[in-house]
Amino acid sequence: MQAEQDSLEKVVCETEVEIKNADGLHMRPAMQFVDITNQFKSDVTVSNNETEVDGKSIMQMSMLAATCGTKLKIKAEGSDAKKVISALRELVEEKLFGEPAP
Amino acid sequence: MKFADFVCFEATVPELQARDREGAIEEMVSSLDKAGKLGKGKCKEITRAVIKREKEASTGMGKGVAVPHVKYKLAKDVVAAIGLSSAGIDFSALDKQPVYSVILLISPVDEPDKHLQAMENIFRYLQQEKFRKFLRQCRSAEHVEDLLGEADENSSL
Repeated sequence: MQAEQDSLEKVVCETEVEIKNADGLHMRPAMQFVDITNQFKSDVTVSNNETEVDGKSIMQMSMLAATCGTKLKIKAEGSDAKKVISALRELVEEKLFGEPAP
Repeated sequence: MKFADFVCFEATVPELQARDREGAIEEMVSSLDKAGKLGKGKCKEITRAVIKREKEASTGMGKGVAVPHVKYKLAKDVVAAIGLSSAGIDFSALDKQPVYSVILLISPVDEPDKHLQAMENIFRYLQQEKFRKFLRQCRSAEHVEDLLGEADENSSL
């Protein structure tokens, strides 16, 4: 019964975000991104057109090295999927990781 | 971007003497300076800038590697140096473990895309356990150059 309830709570939420800060997804923004994803239970994957990485791994996120203007697909799977997607969208597109726009 | 495009192999430090991260950074910036990769008399300024950035947020990503870096206004191009420590250095890493391989990266301020390309290359390989293991096993600058040369060749496959 418990397993059934858990699977009912499993939500998949996807979004596409655009990197808007001038310096792109260098190490500092990547760390902020990972700080957020690690606060949530959901699994998070992030992809550009070529690679898919674990959104909770700082090394993998740094590898994405997305430049300004790059679009990334974020997928979250878990009970708090919507919350983590919303937090990430805010970080990337509204706060621009606290960095200047071009 | 390949390692050969931005890594200065003459500046490789196969056995860092320092046991702390500031000392290691100083050794590596000094090594790049001796290889003629930095502007005249900029060694101290660059060292300070890298250490400052390092203190803001540790670049010790875990798994025994660290990537101290800085965007520097007088840098003409992206340049990197490799430093190895068999004893391990405290970099206040995310996993609280010592760092055995250090990749120092210095980039021009107004070329974020080049900086990202270099980072992408560095992290693509640092992610791989085998690469980290082989890097750690290098005992000389030649070994490091060979390893990175192989990585460059494989990436074009």
